[in-house]
Amino acid sequence: MNELVVISGKGGTGKTSVLASFAALAKNHVLADCDVDAADLHLVVEPTIRSRREFRAGHTAIINAEDCRGCGWCLARCRFDAVKWKNTGTGIEYYIDPLACEGCGVCVDSCPAGAISFPEEVAGEWYISDTRHGPMVHARLGIAAENSGKLVSLVREQARALAEEQKRDLILVDGPPGIGCPVIASITGASAVLIVTEPTLSGEHDLRRVAELARHFRIRPFVCINKWDLNPEMADKIEAGAVELGVEPVGRIRYDTAVTRAQVEGKSLVEFSKNSAAEDVRKLWEKVKSLIGRNKSE
Amino acid sequence: MKIVVTASKPSLDSPVDARFGRAPYFIAVDTETGEWEAHDNKQNLNAAQGAGIQAAETVSRLGAEAVITGHCGPKAYRTLTAAGIGIAVGAEGTVAEAVEAYKNGKLTPADSPDVEGHWA
Amino acid sequence: MIIAVASGKGGTGKTTVAVNLAAVMPGPATYIDCDVEEPNGHIFLKPDIERSHTVAIPTPSVDAEKCTGCGRCAEVCRYNALACVRGKVLVFPELCHGCGGCALACPVKAITETDRPVGVVESGRSGAIGFVQGRLNVGMAMSPPVIRAAKTEAPPDGTVIIDAPPGTSCPVIAALNGSDYVILVTEPTPFGLHDLKLAVETVRELGVPFGIVINRSDVGDARVTQYCHREKIPILLEIPDDRRVAEAYSRGEMAVDAVPEWREQFGRLAQLIADVAAEPVEESG
Repeated sequence: MNELVVISGKGGTGKTSVLASFAALAKNHVLADCDVDAADLHLVVEPTIRSRREFRAGHTAIINAEDCRGCGWCLARCRFDAVKWKNTGTGIEYYIDPLACEGCGVCVDSCPAGAISFPEEVAGEWYISDTRHGPMVHARLGIAAENSGKLVSLVREQARALAEEQKRDLILVDGPPGIGCPVIASITGASAVLIVTEPTLSGEHDLRRVAELARHFRIRPFVCINKWDLNPEMADKIEAGAVELGVEPVGRIRYDTAVTRAQVEGKSLVEFSKNSAAEDVRKLWEKVKSLIGRNKSE
Repeated sequence: MKIVVTASKPSLDSPVDARFGRAPYFIAVDTETGEWEAHDNKQNLNAAQGAGIQAAETVSRLGAEAVITGHCGPKAYRTLTAAGIGIAVGAEGTVAEAVEAYKNGKLTPADSPDVEGHWA
Repeated sequence: MIIAVASGKGGTGKTTVAVNLAAVMPGPATYIDCDVEEPNGHIFLKPDIERSHTVAIPTPSVDAEKCTGCGRCAEVCRYNALACVRGKVLVFPELCHGCGGCALACPVKAITETDRPVGVVESGRSGAIGFVQGRLNVGMAMSPPVIRAAKTEAPPDGTVIIDAPPGTSCPVIAALNGSDYVILVTEPTPFGLHDLKLAVETVRELGVPFGIVINRSDVGDARVTQYCHREKIPILLEIPDDRRVAEAYSRGEMAVDAVPEWREQFGRLAQLIADVAAEPVEESG
């Protein structure tokens, strides 16, 4: 079973759009939307949710005002500025800012009055759905939640389990932007990683960082340049530089207003149009398909 | 000797669970007497991170001298090795079959983790 | 005044809005790049960096001689960054959040904390604009400590413009916390609208007043505009798709330099925010 993960470093380069077209072109696959923070893939594959589960991760501290003696030990020990206080007129009331609390439990353990409770947090939801292309695992992380890496790992594990169960040989993963824990969680152990970038200085800069991340985890990624004709010189420069970074250029997609028009209609590009950028995406898919599994980390 | 096998169900005919950190059960088996006991690992299924580390601690507390599993990641590997516990990966079939394979020297002792960590 | 520029979706134009706003802001202005995973502001502002400092997380080291192998530290750690097996304590620094709980819990004081570098904060100037940038070391998992460190470089006066990371999870909260006003940048597409709604929910959770800038406003459809009207969210500026701006961006040039009418547009945005921020808060969701 192979797993292709599409990431970008910089956000907005078109990875979800590219992945959505791959979903339409590939056969016998499972989709996994690991951009749990701002998941968009469902907008163009229209899943029907079959099961919905809570995602629990970490804890959050809550001060019980009645039991609190106002000693301030929690305030002294919290390293995340999560303990706040207000003057209620009758005295000082301490409380925890849930957006700042990192769930470390130091305040809970420090409180001499045992006044701080530490419930588990429901940090989001994850779903198993059907789409016109096959099964899909996706998720929604709660606002301000942490542990997005854990939710990403969960989505991937569930996608793998589904693929084994239904004898599907490919998992297509829509990855998150950036280089932090959700991205790390989406690429470890993948068979192939495709970076989608754009022909701009920002795209080039961010490609370097995400390529370094991939190298750190001993993965040799591919790269494709989206909207390359907006700056052909920059596109050439990026491809030349990519090779030096240990990243293999595998294709280019031209700028095409059909991309947005397809999205507005809830379709992937290759379902909406036949030529121009859609043709580029088809060629890209053929190339990537032939390379999956041959570039496993050594 | 006492060995621990990762399992999906609490019995000797359970399939071996390939994951070390998040396997639902650890089956501890005495290879000489054949006596065995199932231990629940459910609390670890929900761990945000470091599930492999916690599993290694559990297995160490059970007094295991070796672990039989499918895959073992870098953090679990490091913890098991520090505890002096041998690790055999690539086990398949049922728990009973895996124990036999181990006794007959058919399972590979790992000298490094065989999968990446999940993140970090 | 602290203005944060954020979005749900990546690539909508946060950095474009943030750097160009900083360039036309009346009075002293400082730009702080809090997209520490992929900071791009420097490409456009081209700052002279005057100083930099390492951001570190205090991580435990165990004195093996004092350690009794009681395992209390491993029990207490909520992140499983410590393991105690057969009398030995192992530290997994990559999982550590730097909370200090283990050092506090150790009954024989065998744990000291040493700094583990996770990123860097650089400061300097870009002409008249103050410049600060946080950068997460590649391979490190957690952004918030670097984001918080970058924000501590904000001067007490003048306008501070924070360029936030994309999304709605903990790094974004770390960047937006303490802001006086948030500009959400979006695009009029289904992905843009979907992620905008998540971003709006986030900003409402924080209780900070906010407004929208719609980038590439003539591409896509009208659903974003309709959503803003329904929700009574002010649309501060609409930027039509302009090839000159896209090309300037691809070359690392400021839109307000490359295309003169943009200087005027952003100038008006700056004034609008100054006016709105001075009003009593009525929309806070």
